[in-house]
Amino acid sequence: MLHAIVLLPFLLAAALPLLGKLLRGVHPGWIALAAPALMLLFFLTRLAEISDGGAITAAARWIPSLGINLELKLDGLGMLFALLIAGIGVLVVLYSIFYLDHRKEAAARFYVCLLLFMGAMLGVVLSDHLIVLYGFWELTSITSFLLIAFWHQREASLAGAMKSLLITAFGGLSMLAGFLLLGLAGGSWRISELAGSLDALKSSPLLVPAMLLIALGVFTKSAQFPFHIWLPDAMEAPTPVSAYLHSATMVKAGLYLAARLLPVFAGEAVWFVLLTVSGLATLLYGSFRAVKQTDLKSLLAYSTISQLGLVLTLLGLASAYPPGAEAKLAAYGSAAAAAALLHLANHAAFKGALFMAAGIVDHETGTRDIRHLGGLMRLMPVTFAVSLAASLSMAGVPPFGGFISKELFFGSALAAIRSGGWSAAAVLIPIVAWTASAFTFLYSAVFVWRTFGGSGSTEREKQPHEASPGLLLPPLLLAGAALLLGVMPGLITSGVLQPALAAVYPGAPESYAKVSLWHGWTPELLMTFGVFAAGALLFLAAPKLPLLHRAARTPFSWNGLYSGGLKGLDRASGKLTSLYLTGSMRHYAGYVVLFFIVALSAAVWLSGGFRISLHGMAPVTIYEGIAVGALIASALAVPFAQSRMMAILLTGTVGYLVVLFFVLFRAPDLALTQMIVETVSVALFLLCFYHLPALKKERTAVKTKVINGIIAAASGIVVTVLALGAFSGRSFPSIAEYYLKNSYELAGGKNVVNVILVDFRGFDTMLEIVVLGIASYAIYGLIRLKWPHEAAAEG
Amino acid sequence: MELLLALAVGTLFAVGVYMILARSLLRVILGLSLLTHSVHLLLLTMSGLKAGAPPLLGGQAESYVDPLPQALILTSIVISFGVTSLYLVLAYKTYKKLGTDDTEQLRGEADE
Repeated sequence: MLHAIVLLPFLLAAALPLLGKLLRGVHPGWIALAAPALMLLFFLTRLAEISDGGAITAAARWIPSLGINLELKLDGLGMLFALLIAGIGVLVVLYSIFYLDHRKEAAARFYVCLLLFMGAMLGVVLSDHLIVLYGFWELTSITSFLLIAFWHQREASLAGAMKSLLITAFGGLSMLAGFLLLGLAGGSWRISELAGSLDALKSSPLLVPAMLLIALGVFTKSAQFPFHIWLPDAMEAPTPVSAYLHSATMVKAGLYLAARLLPVFAGEAVWFVLLTVSGLATLLYGSFRAVKQTDLKSLLAYSTISQLGLVLTLLGLASAYPPGAEAKLAAYGSAAAAAALLHLANHAAFKGALFMAAGIVDHETGTRDIRHLGGLMRLMPVTFAVSLAASLSMAGVPPFGGFISKELFFGSALAAIRSGGWSAAAVLIPIVAWTASAFTFLYSAVFVWRTFGGSGSTEREKQPHEASPGLLLPPLLLAGAALLLGVMPGLITSGVLQPALAAVYPGAPESYAKVSLWHGWTPELLMTFGVFAAGALLFLAAPKLPLLHRAARTPFSWNGLYSGGLKGLDRASGKLTSLYLTGSMRHYAGYVVLFFIVALSAAVWLSGGFRISLHGMAPVTIYEGIAVGALIASALAVPFAQSRMMAILLTGTVGYLVVLFFVLFRAPDLALTQMIVETVSVALFLLCFYHLPALKKERTAVKTKVINGIIAAASGIVVTVLALGAFSGRSFPSIAEYYLKNSYELAGGKNVVNVILVDFRGFDTMLEIVVLGIASYAIYGLIRLKWPHEAAAEG
Repeated sequence: MELLLALAVGTLFAVGVYMILARSLLRVILGLSLLTHSVHLLLLTMSGLKAGAPPLLGGQAESYVDPLPQALILTSIVISFGVTSLYLVLAYKTYKKLGTDDTEQLRGEADE
């Protein structure tokens, strides 16, 4: 059943283009709506079973020989994410039906990509197998790439899609490496089994590299500093995509992974430091940058970055205390984990609503620039109400859900100090948390006030009015959820949050997922009041703030580093390539010979088994001595020949001297063949000679000549040494005895060389005849056949 | 004797390599045939140059030289002959079509 539900969006995506053609007048979104609706229905019916602490598993064979199977598992954590994916999926599909005009846009393509993404995302959160999880993970990257570049005629969409793909695929590949190490260290690919083999895992040297690599995957997918740069650029996607992928689902895949592996990595200092430091840096940086944005969606993108950092910080704090720690510490750990999960749900609700509201504003006014917006409060009251509710939740104002999760966040940050045992740096955690919250309050206020408050500009493209009910319903529902999560948090805590917490932090007492709006006078509450006061002050001082920001602006930016790095890489690889790919045949021949020299001499040197013994050499007679002298002399004379005739004749001389050697060393057949071949070759050379240009004096610089000479001499030395070595190192007798003995008995021939050629090793001869045949056909073709345009020119 | 022949093999090889690095196509082809000679002699040297009768069984000799490398070299001679003649015709055709036999001028376009 689990497989069917994961497969459902993929099947529907495959069928959608066809169905869309059959039902021509219908918006394809209505067809696509079936997938998330069925998914939601399925998960809601299974909710009770999961709430009782159960889990649904399913396995199908995929590559059993490699131990890779489609193993799915639906537990509390998977259920929380699955509900988010299916629930917000329904709302986003509904919203996009009214957002995209299927007569003007390629709506079918949009829904195919969206459905593929939905299935991939569901696969990520339901996979119990590391490799399967990775497969779905990359599928989310690819579908996200397709969705960001939905308007592919726009330059910015393509750039944003490319950037997000490069960064998330980089992280994904690192993560795959991390998964492989983790699987090797833990001895299992199954995530649910990894937590059971902690002893083997913790003592493995592969654990730290695995954590670092997996953290890279988490950081890039969840847009953590400094890998956050793709998320603001991904805002070129249609708004439903931004609402779904880049706020509620895909960017939480990294958080999901961090939560999923918490039982495995908890208690590891490296993991805690990675998550907490990155989370805090992202939280502060994102909230600070969000204040500066003038585009609604960019503001929301940086806000998303910041909130993701918040959740990651909480997961980091939770991982500081392993589930088996003493009661007080485990309480801190499970409280942080509960806060992370609660904020995850809160953020999905309010950020989805905010993106949809921003999309409506864009839709109705034609701009998303807050410098041109304002005064929409009376014109678009429902959108305003939605934005206000969601922003209040984002800022952490009661009675919205954001308030509760922010209180829990402060509580966990303070617990970092209370628990002791850490360095003084722990004090920084609540300070950063508090500062970032003040900025969060500020940009939430900016979002609402600059869009809806004030008088607004009069020069608008369109006369804005309230959007259609279909467009308003999804954000209204999400804003309602944001309110409900605050007023009645019990709605999800016992049913959804508690089992999810049990999956993230095994052994957490039931009470840690039980929260309420009012929990007495605590330091956290005072901190929250401080946030409101500071945020309000900052907002009132806002007119002076742009100056402050401009002063703080540095020439350095992460985007600059990214694009500069990309350009530099491009240029450097181009330079490197043109450095050695010169197009000159001589250079390539030089590389080959140099490699030959280096590889052979290194092999000879390193193996150390090289020795030259002069023992067993044949004696030198005077004739042979003279022949060798002549050979060497004529060979050396070849390069100095100034006319082509001279060069050809000298080469011929070398050939005939080789014939002489064949005679001296008792190889009559060789001498015969070489004689004929040499004669024919020289004749051929002379034939070509007539058609070839006069041999020009080599116009090569002396330096090049010297280099070539050195290369040539080195290769000669290497070959000499090898020849001697091969002769001296001979360790077993030749098989020639067999041929000599059996040539007559078995083959009936007395010329042993000929018998070898046509009898013992006849295949060689047959193929050499083929070579000659091919060569002659090629020569015939070269000379006789003409290119079509040549033939045409000749008439 | 093998020492001397090894020197000759090395010299032939060095000269062959030097010619291959030249600019004129004709020189390159001549260099290739020098390399071929060098390798043939190398094969012969490596099998040992001990005295003995030619591998013709009619002579009733005490010992014969190794016939196997001779068979290999014979095959190689024929193949290198085929290749060399193809190269020559190719060089001829190149010169006819492109008007040069200078390998530096036969370089590809910069934006290939």
